[in-house]
Parts: sequence; C-alpha cells; structure tokens
Amino acid sequence: MAAPYDMNDDSVVVIIGTGAGGGVLANELAQKGVSVVALEAGGRYLPEDYINDEWESFGQLAWLDARTTSGDWRVANDFSGLPAWIVKAVGGTTTHWAGASLRFQDHEWKAKTNYGDVQGANLLDWPIDGAEMAPYYEKAETKLGVTRTGDRAGLPGNNNFKVFEAGAKALGYKEVHTGRMAINSADYDDRMACQQTGFCFQGCKWGAKWSAAYTDIPRGEATGNLEVRERAHVLKIEHDDSGKITGVLYADADGNQQMQKARIVCVAGNSIESPRLLLNSASSMFPDGLANSSGQVGRNYLRHMTGSVYAVFDKPVKMWRGTTMAGIIQDESRHDPSRGFVGGYELETLGLGLPFMAAFLDPGAWGREFTTALDGYENMAGMWIVGEDMPQETNRITLNHDVKDQHGLPAPNVHFDDHPNDIAMRNHAYKQGAAVYDAVGATRVFPTPPYPSTHNLGTNRMSENPRDGVVNKHGQTHDIANLFISDGSQFTTGAAENPTLTIVALAIRQADHIASEMNKGNL
Amino acid sequence: MTMGSQKLTLTRRDLLSHSVAAGAAFVVGSGYVASTSAAWAMEVEHLQPETMATLIQMARDIYPHDHVADEFYAAAVKGYDNADSAETVESGIAALNAAAVGLGFVSYVDTGWERDRVDILRGMENSGFFQTVRGGLVTGLYNQKAVWPLFGYEGESFSKGGYIDRGFDDINWI
Repeated sequence: MAAPYDMNDDSVVVIIGTGAGGGVLANELAQKGVSVVALEAGGRYLPEDYINDEWESFGQLAWLDARTTSGDWRVANDFSGLPAWIVKAVGGTTTHWAGASLRFQDHEWKAKTNYGDVQGANLLDWPIDGAEMAPYYEKAETKLGVTRTGDRAGLPGNNNFKVFEAGAKALGYKEVHTGRMAINSADYDDRMACQQTGFCFQGCKWGAKWSAAYTDIPRGEATGNLEVRERAHVLKIEHDDSGKITGVLYADADGNQQMQKARIVCVAGNSIESPRLLLNSASSMFPDGLANSSGQVGRNYLRHMTGSVYAVFDKPVKMWRGTTMAGIIQDESRHDPSRGFVGGYELETLGLGLPFMAAFLDPGAWGREFTTALDGYENMAGMWIVGEDMPQETNRITLNHDVKDQHGLPAPNVHFDDHPNDIAMRNHAYKQGAAVYDAVGATRVFPTPPYPSTHNLGTNRMSENPRDGVVNKHGQTHDIANLFISDGSQFTTGAAENPTLTIVALAIRQADHIASEMNKGNL
Repeated sequence: MTMGSQKLTLTRRDLLSHSVAAGAAFVVGSGYVASTSAAWAMEVEHLQPETMATLIQMARDIYPHDHVADEFYAAAVKGYDNADSAETVESGIAALNAAAVGLGFVSYVDTGWERDRVDILRGMENSGFFQTVRGGLVTGLYNQKAVWPLFGYEGESFSKGGYIDRGFDDINWI
C-alpha cells in the first residue's frame, strides 16, 4: 500500500523525528521499498520560509518545549530553560547546523582502549570502528556533498577565516583550511553553490547547505513509500505482552491523540527527547522505561567540550559576512596526553550577529567591560571550540515530574557537570585560541563560555555488552528487537568532531541492516 | 509610545523652560519624557514620567554605549509602561533612588559620574527588578534593527544576494 498509510497498518516502519538520523533513515528505507511513516513534532519550513534574522528565526525553528537543567555547567544558570539549541521542524537540526562534516579519527572509536581508565569517566569502546564505517562515511559525504571529499573543492575563505588562518600559520599550525563542509562550493545534486550570505544557523535560503528538509525528505516522499506527518508529537511507544513494540501514541496537529501501529519503531528525537520518550513509555512490564535493563537510558549525556574565543582588532573584520563556520584548525584534534588531557579538539571559525553576540558573549554580564567588547563588534573575529567530552553516568536526562510539557508529560531535566578532563581541555583551547588571534594583533580576547548545547549525544549508547549500553552495533536496542535508536544518542563516545556526518553514516548503515533483516523475516 | 516628530509639538525652548532634569532624558510636563536635544519624546501612561526617565538612565548605565542615543534605550524599556508592570517598576526605581539617597545623593539620576550609579546598581544586581531590566535589554536594545548600523552590523543579506560579490573576503590588512 502506498503512502499515506492507515493508522492500523502494522506493516510500516515508524520513525520518530526527521533530522540527520530519522530524516536520512526514512529516505534510505523508502528508496529500498520499505513503507515508512515518519512522525515529526515540528512543522515544515523550506528555504523560502527561513529568516535572515537571529531571534526571529530562533522563534520559528527552535525547540522551546519545557525543559529544566541542573549541574555545574554555566548553561544551567544562564539559560536554565534552554539546555539545548536545536530545532523542531521537518529536517530537524539539519536546518540549523553549520555544515561541518568530519569523520571520526580511528583512535576515537576505541576511547577506553586508547585513553585508559579516566577517573570518573564511564568510557567505553564503540562496537564498530573506522574501517567498518569507511564505506558509510563515503556514502554520507556523497549524499551531503561534503567539500574537500571526493572531487569536491573547498569553499573560499571569508574575512573571519583569513584572520583565523593567518593567526594559525603564525603559530605554526599545519592543518588549517576552509573545512569539510556540507555546503556546496559549486552546484551539486540540484543544490546551488554557497552565496556567502551568512545566517547558516537560520536555515540556508539558497539550499546550498545540505538539510534533510529539502533533500532526503522530499526524495523519500517521491518514492511513494514515505509519509511524513508534521506536528505529530509522539507521547508513548506501546508494546504487547511479549514485550514486542506494536506502535506509537502521538498527539496530532490538533492535539488529538492518535495510535499508529508499527512493525518496527526507530527513535530519532535527539539525545534529550529520545531517552525521555523511552522513560515516558514505562509500563508494568518495563517499569524503568523501555530498553533500559542496563539502567543506561538517559545516562552518559555528552554535549562536547565547547566554548568560543572572540577577539577584537584595530581594524574591521565583519565576521558575519559569509559562511558562519568558514574554516578549521585540526592540529589539536589528536590524542596527546602530554597536553594534560585525553582526546582532542577542533577550532572552527564562527560568526554571530550582533543580537546573538549580545546574548552569548558573556551571559549576564553588564557594564563597560561588556559593552566596550560589543563596541568592537565590527572589528571582531571568532572561533568555536569543539572537543571530546568524557561520558559520565551522572550526566543524564531524567524525567522532571514537577514540570509538564504542553501534552501533560514530565519534562526532561538535563543534568551536566564538567569532568576535570573537559575543563583542562577547555582551558588549553582558550589559551591556543587566544594565541591564534594575538599572533595577528588582537587588542582584546574573550574566552566565551559554552552556548546551550547543539551537539547532544550519548544518552542511549551503543555497546557490545548489553550490560554497558542501550543499543547494539546496528542501533537496535539490546532488549527489544523491533525497537531502534537512530540519532546521536547512540554515540558511545563523542569524539572531537561535529557529529552530523557520523549520525548520517550510521543512519545509512542502519537502513541497510533493517531492510536486510526485514527481507530475511527476522524483523 | 510615540517616537520621532509626531509627538514633538513642544519646541526646544519649551522643553528647557518646562522640563525637570532627570538624567539623560528630561521629564516634560505631565506624561511626557523627552531628550535634552528634543530629538525624540515619549508619552507615558502608567509610569510616572520621572520613573521612566530614571529607567532610561538605568538602561544606559547597564549597557552603556556612548555612540548610541537615548531614543534607543527609551525604545528598549518602553514596554514597561503598562498596567501590569507599573507597580513593580515604580517600586524598583524607588529602591534605586533610596539607595542613591543612602549614598548621599538626591536621587539616582542626580549622581553626576557613571561610577556612582554603577555602584548603586552593583548593590542591587541580584534583585529580580535589576535582572528583569537587564535581561530584557539584551533583546530590547541589541535586537533593534535601527541600532545595528551603529555597531556596523548589516543584518539580512539574502535579498542582496549574500556577500559573494559584496565583500565576504574583502579584508585588506591581514
């Protein structure tokens, strides 16, 4: 039967969420002839709808449902109701992402083996490695049109990059370039080349940046095998007496509850909502939530070690012009414990508009120390730090029964404490970032605290042993055969790289596995 | 509130002869606050004009930009002139003035040096009133499109074709 599908059609694969994980999985399965119903909590916004205005766009796209925070991270104080800056829309956070598309380094798949025992860290090796992922990375790079992979050229560098590059070279850094970006440097795959507009975070109005919203989703729909239901917010995953998943209960656009039956359910709601949904789906058979025999659902929340360094110069930079994330220094991404921490970090240029710079440069600050910084806005350059953070069992998503969302369900609480390794790495990165700008004449440098999390990972982690995690090497839950996790919450560890390319590669791989198992009659 | 010339029926001479000094802004007669230069005026309905004038000065002292005119600070706090906020704002400003009197000044706006007002604000920076005003200014001030050019920020660029042909890489000093 072709899409749209009946609520009682129990032959369909239901995918919850349509971002880098769910959106790609939906298309990949649809291309293989599998019937898919994708349930997306947000609405559908396309390039003509995106807004070149930071706060207005935030209001259009951001996930703003009730959430709470705790822990020693500064976000819990400065943005207590906004632990994460992610998107509620068809295509998910692929509308908002900067486009950085980096493969994991080989050693990062085996963090426990390579880093050893780190006190307080719940490190684990992934049950897969770089060799196994290489063909899927290549497929993902081809799908996204990643620059500097295949025969695709790099993007030209903007002003912000030129300052960054000159500083990096003065410092002796070698691996400095305009990045491997899912932003077209030339027309590719029916998407045009980057027009250096800026506002990458607000949705690319040219479609030059890859987003599932205008690639995988419509292509999946064109097969006739994919039905995307917008503004369909899943409340609970249902199972039968044998523990097998039977379908999902969701609130539709009008707030009415609907029950969609399913052969398989794949959860891809981001690392906050996915564990929350498993926990909110607790039943008499699974009192601790679905797929939680390990007790690891919601734990090991990763957000990457982040921060920013901005600097003011005596002459204009105009960092907002052009690609938001316009280049990278990779020299510090190696694992080199002599620096005082395990794992590594990337430095990537970043430019915010004046409204977001005012909100994020030093949240809560006031007076002339703050305002003289903004007075130098036109002469400012900026970079973002993204490094591997340590998984900790106590960094976790839990249900806050005192706060309910618009559907009456307990809101997620996001607890995060920095690990000493995270702090040591951040301090090192602040020092190196400042040195980059000092090397080209910065008059003032700002070590800027982490923003609300954009890389949310790890809360349903992949493990060889069912005791250590929630899903196996295919993202299939250890406990329930027809329940899969398809987003970044599968991550066993975070590595130093921006996660989207790996989420996409895992989704392509998972689609192969699910289709194969369906054909064999195993699912 | 009305900005610009529409409400400016008073001449500069009227302003100077009828107004009471209240920091950066002047209170003009009843129900009006205007700038000393008569570049703008605003009507207040729920707050005392002196209260609004003090609030505008407080906004500038929190986020002081010497190249940003008072009208933008006034626009940033105009939203407090409503029936629901009036009592909170009046008592918050009263506390501000009481703190100023405690330090030997006549009122908050009568202090002279910015550092004296900053000392007063530091003493109340954990109060709900201060944090509400400060937090509101982050968007109230910096998200005004008319303010952006004062910082060099160019805003929307899609309608102009982005910067591919308009200087995304025009830096000439690096």
